[in-house]
Amino acid sequence: MIVQMTEKLCPPDDEVVRFDAVMRHYTVGNEIVRALDGISFSIRRGSYCAIMGPSGSGKSTMLNILGCLDRPSSGAYWLNGRNVAEMDDNALSDHRLRNLGFVFQSFHLIPQLTVSENIEVPMLYLGLPHVERRRKAEMLADRVGISHRLRHLPSELSGGQRQRVAVARALANDPAVLLADEPTGNLDSATSIQIMGLFQELYEQGKTVVLVTHEPDIAAYAKANIVLKDGRVLSITEKEGVM
Amino acid sequence: MNQILYFWPFIKLGLTDVWRHKTRSFLTMLGVVFGVGSVIAMLAVGEGASQQALDSIKRLGSENIMVTSVKPSNEDGASTGAQRGRLAVYGLLYDDEVRIRETVPGVVVTVPARMTRRNARLNERQLEMRVVETVPEWFDVVQRPVLAGRVLTPNDMRMRSNVCILTEYGVRRLLAAEGIIGQHIRIASGVFEVAGIVKNETGGAVRAPDSEADAYIPLTTGTRLFGEANIRYSAGGMEGEKVELSEIIVKMDDTKAVETGSKAIESVLTRFHKKKDFRIDVPLTLLREAERTKRTYNIVLGAIAGISLLVGGIGIMNIMLASVTERTKEIGIRRAIGARRSRIVIQFLINTCVLSIGGGVVGLLLGIAIPFLITVFTDMPTVVQPYSLILAFGISVGIGIIFGLYPAMRAAALDPIEALRHE
Repeated sequence: MIVQMTEKLCPPDDEVVRFDAVMRHYTVGNEIVRALDGISFSIRRGSYCAIMGPSGSGKSTMLNILGCLDRPSSGAYWLNGRNVAEMDDNALSDHRLRNLGFVFQSFHLIPQLTVSENIEVPMLYLGLPHVERRRKAEMLADRVGISHRLRHLPSELSGGQRQRVAVARALANDPAVLLADEPTGNLDSATSIQIMGLFQELYEQGKTVVLVTHEPDIAAYAKANIVLKDGRVLSITEKEGVM
Repeated sequence: MNQILYFWPFIKLGLTDVWRHKTRSFLTMLGVVFGVGSVIAMLAVGEGASQQALDSIKRLGSENIMVTSVKPSNEDGASTGAQRGRLAVYGLLYDDEVRIRETVPGVVVTVPARMTRRNARLNERQLEMRVVETVPEWFDVVQRPVLAGRVLTPNDMRMRSNVCILTEYGVRRLLAAEGIIGQHIRIASGVFEVAGIVKNETGGAVRAPDSEADAYIPLTTGTRLFGEANIRYSAGGMEGEKVELSEIIVKMDDTKAVETGSKAIESVLTRFHKKKDFRIDVPLTLLREAERTKRTYNIVLGAIAGISLLVGGIGIMNIMLASVTERTKEIGIRRAIGARRSRIVIQFLINTCVLSIGGGVVGLLLGIAIPFLITVFTDMPTVVQPYSLILAFGISVGIGIIFGLYPAMRAAALDPIEALRHE
């Protein structure tokens, strides 16, 4: 991994995610922790992919970089045709806003806001007018099957319903990648199946879905698995769609 | 409009946040409530007091210079004995009036007046009045509303007619009403027809040219009846004083000419008066002094109110810092979704402003209510000025921004990864 990517060529248009020799090092005391140690892969647009690995494999770091919350120490990460490693904080924020939809393990809805307002948050930051936000929120709620709860607060919903709201919010700005971090971690198995069904639907509608999980059961829903170990890619297994 | 719609969700969020922590928000707002309330109330009380002073000064006329005869102080103690039985001659002379009118530039009119206290009598009623022997121009210079009849005319002067103009207060003390016009009253040895009633100005911090119970008669009539000068003997008849004119009011053509005019008058008079037996009052200078006092007063009040606002602001900052900690996770979520740092700053600033403006509005009402109650219960005049309301509102917005900025920056500086993990 001495030779780094120096050419700033865009990856092919059908690659929505591309990691080129991505490293992420932390300094803890005098030691350097290599959370990611040279990772390269790419994900094609419209595919359904799971990133797996036991704890300590660099999965969380991977998620942070994939989610544009963190930048690689070296290497290049292209998301939707732009290199994230070169962005400043504002550009990174805007990139998240337009190109990423987050779904978290513990839903992360804003408790003071109603379902509708929660779904509207990303559109608000995008500067959409009020009427359009309302209309789109209703449409998205309908898409994830939560339209009867638009005026409710998150605390009045069940876990499965909350996760549906979170998915609707993630879809609000029509992102290039839907990034889900253990989306069923806080749900019972019946609800988990429903939520995974929702992701399947979205995949079938053409969305790019990336799951980060340690559960093989959940990863099995995806069409391709990337397995990490000790900050490196251990294996890439493919049913379809992953290069 | 679009901007308002953009901010509205954040304003709503701020309002729901305030509502959720009712007690906390209320206590936090109190600081601003009292701060803003005291700013308005103090300014209103200060303004009321100073306007009262300014009013009484303005009644003297800002273009006028008042020259008054004063008895010179006897510096040498021996002279009191030596002057026993003599007539003390001092004060302004007719010549002084002419000199001022003809040598001081910018003089529009000079009004000589001789004031004496004499008994007036209407039927059975007796009253000691101040008799002002003067010229018709008095009423141009000392402008008072005419309640009935007329004021002195040049014809009265020429004819040396026995007419007098009374003040409203004097008329009332003589137990008469408007029907007194045309009736005769006796003043000292003369009988005068009452020609008019004017309103008089009394009270206030500064002496006005008119007093409560005045009778204005033509100077010529006064001279005919009472003599060219005011000669008064003390009880023993051994001592006396002679004053030609008690007062000369000089009206200048412009407010700006008043100060130079008063210096010119002083130098003219000093040349002809061996002793300093006159005093020059310039209402404008008094006005300036009063305005300076008012400014000082405002600064002191402003400083006190400012401190209470500062305390209120610190209270708000404290609560907002607590709120940032409490909402760390929400900040993380918003950042992960794609909010820029500046959006987080705006959100928290709006939140602080909701608190401070809320407090400001309540304080505004308090600030209007307090001066009103003061006026009702203590009779002290208060003036709530519109600018002080705008000022107070501006201050409360300013406090929201200034004291909200630090907590908001802290919120925005949070690392989104850390913030998301926060429980």
